[in-house]
Amino acid sequence: MRRAQFLLTLGVLALPGAVAAVLLGQSLIAAAVVALAVIGALTVWTVTARQWRAWGYAEREADLLVRRGVLVWRLSVVPYGRMQFVDVTAGPVDRWLGLATVHMHTAAAASDARIPGLPTAEAARLRDRLATLGEARAAGL
Amino acid sequence: MTLPTTSPVTAPDGLVWERLHPLTPLLRGYRVIGVLAVGLTQESVRSMPARVAAYLLLGAIPLAALYGFLSWRFTRFTIAESNLRLETGVLFRRSRRVPLERLQAVDIVRPLFARALGLAELRLEVVGGGRTEAPLTYLGEDRAAAVRARLLALAAGVAADAPPPPELVLVQVPGGVLAAAIALGGPAITGGLLVLGLGVLAVVRPEALLPVGISLFPLLLGTGGFAVRRFLTEYGFTVADSPDGLRLRHGLLETRAQTIPRGRVQAIRVVEPLLWRRFGWVRVEVDVAGYPGRHTGQEAQSATSALLPVAPKGLATAVLGHVLAGVDLARLPTAPPPRRARWRAPLLFPHLGVAWDDRHAVTTFGRLRRVTDVVPNEKVQSLRLVQGPWQRRLRLATLHLDTAGRDVHARAAHRDAAEAEALFERGVLLTRAARAAESASRAALRA
Repeated sequence: MRRAQFLLTLGVLALPGAVAAVLLGQSLIAAAVVALAVIGALTVWTVTARQWRAWGYAEREADLLVRRGVLVWRLSVVPYGRMQFVDVTAGPVDRWLGLATVHMHTAAAASDARIPGLPTAEAARLRDRLATLGEARAAGL
Repeated sequence: MTLPTTSPVTAPDGLVWERLHPLTPLLRGYRVIGVLAVGLTQESVRSMPARVAAYLLLGAIPLAALYGFLSWRFTRFTIAESNLRLETGVLFRRSRRVPLERLQAVDIVRPLFARALGLAELRLEVVGGGRTEAPLTYLGEDRAAAVRARLLALAAGVAADAPPPPELVLVQVPGGVLAAAIALGGPAITGGLLVLGLGVLAVVRPEALLPVGISLFPLLLGTGGFAVRRFLTEYGFTVADSPDGLRLRHGLLETRAQTIPRGRVQAIRVVEPLLWRRFGWVRVEVDVAGYPGRHTGQEAQSATSALLPVAPKGLATAVLGHVLAGVDLARLPTAPPPRRARWRAPLLFPHLGVAWDDRHAVTTFGRLRRVTDVVPNEKVQSLRLVQGPWQRRLRLATLHLDTAGRDVHARAAHRDAAEAEALFERGVLLTRAARAAESASRAALRA
């Protein structure tokens, strides 16, 4: 997840820089823009690293615990029986790095159980396990 | 009057299919006429020679009538094996199956024109989908009530041919009290102040009245419209108890009778606006899963989340105890957050609180408009503990209780961090026990 975000930021920030370099033909400005992009990407790298360290989940006996957040700390507990469906999503960069995001949905829109940056195999395992547990413990609305 | 038959027909598949009321196409035709009327005002039509337009119109009416008849002819429904099945569509057939054990609420809606013809629309609310699925538009009034009784009986697992259960009226809200309460509510007061301000402006600087008035017009329309709509919707509000659920009747022009089966209440909200407090009035709102969002524009005019638009506090407490068995707000004192929470929420602070026993969680907030949210433990979907940077400094945290409804958002705001964590742990255990108990009682009911 960290690397994915780093690469994305670098791309997004460096591209206009490169374009500017070509358009203006001003090598000094172009170099400055690229340097800024690298600095920006490094900042994102460290922030993402902290975010990544803060993100954690625990599969407990009856519920899933998800912890996240650097500035704002969040801890959610979602009982397996409350699960309505599980999503596994992977964007192009995620796919390239072999990662996926698992998102567990309940009937409440505010529920917040999302685990990004899991290796594809682990994401698939978690999805199947959540689905099985959800079915076994399903509670009505 | 001779009308095509609506008596049930036994199809080759052995199911007894029923049809909607034969006047349905006529009533739905109003919409077609509306569309035509809008079309006629268009520039492209107006520039047409009058004869062509007349021919078009003359051609459209029989076509619309034919389509209306065909769509009525091709619509049929049946209740079989605890499912409602509805088939519609002339060209594209659509067959829909609604499992009745998922039923959240049943409404009988009667728009003005339908009332004149003695017709009603039956709406079933199930979870999922942004709008009301499978509305039966229209049925005769008696038949709508009979079908509702059958659906509710099946949903509750009772024999479908049991006689319709009797109703016991709990509360009736007088129209005068409702009007007074709305007039003392936030939107009406805002609108009144605006009008007053404009009046003063008209005297002091008449030349400024027009531009200011025009710029404030949308706001005026919004506040006034809100008050009027609320009055029309909640006029004649009656709360009745029936063995198949709670029945709410309301509406002046378009009337609606909601039935909320037992155990389908996701959360309750008690609201006390500032100016109501000296009269001891409160408004009670109920959250049921499955109703389309208020802002999606899919909901009919008469929709409201009110359980009691206005009532004396004592009466509201009694009704509340009836709806959520065992809730007694007076006997559940909410604990305030630590004093240092004032630094985080100086205005909100005096009315923050939480109480959580083995059946319900109660949280309070709001200053001008005091709000008390009640969530039964078995309806909590998930718990969230959130701590912002400011809160971390002050060692505070907020615990959110996520529910399946759309209006109530219960939260124990700005608690002591350690207390919030303990509350979180306790909440996990309490809700788990409540879920297990409910599953067990449901299984016992099925057996």
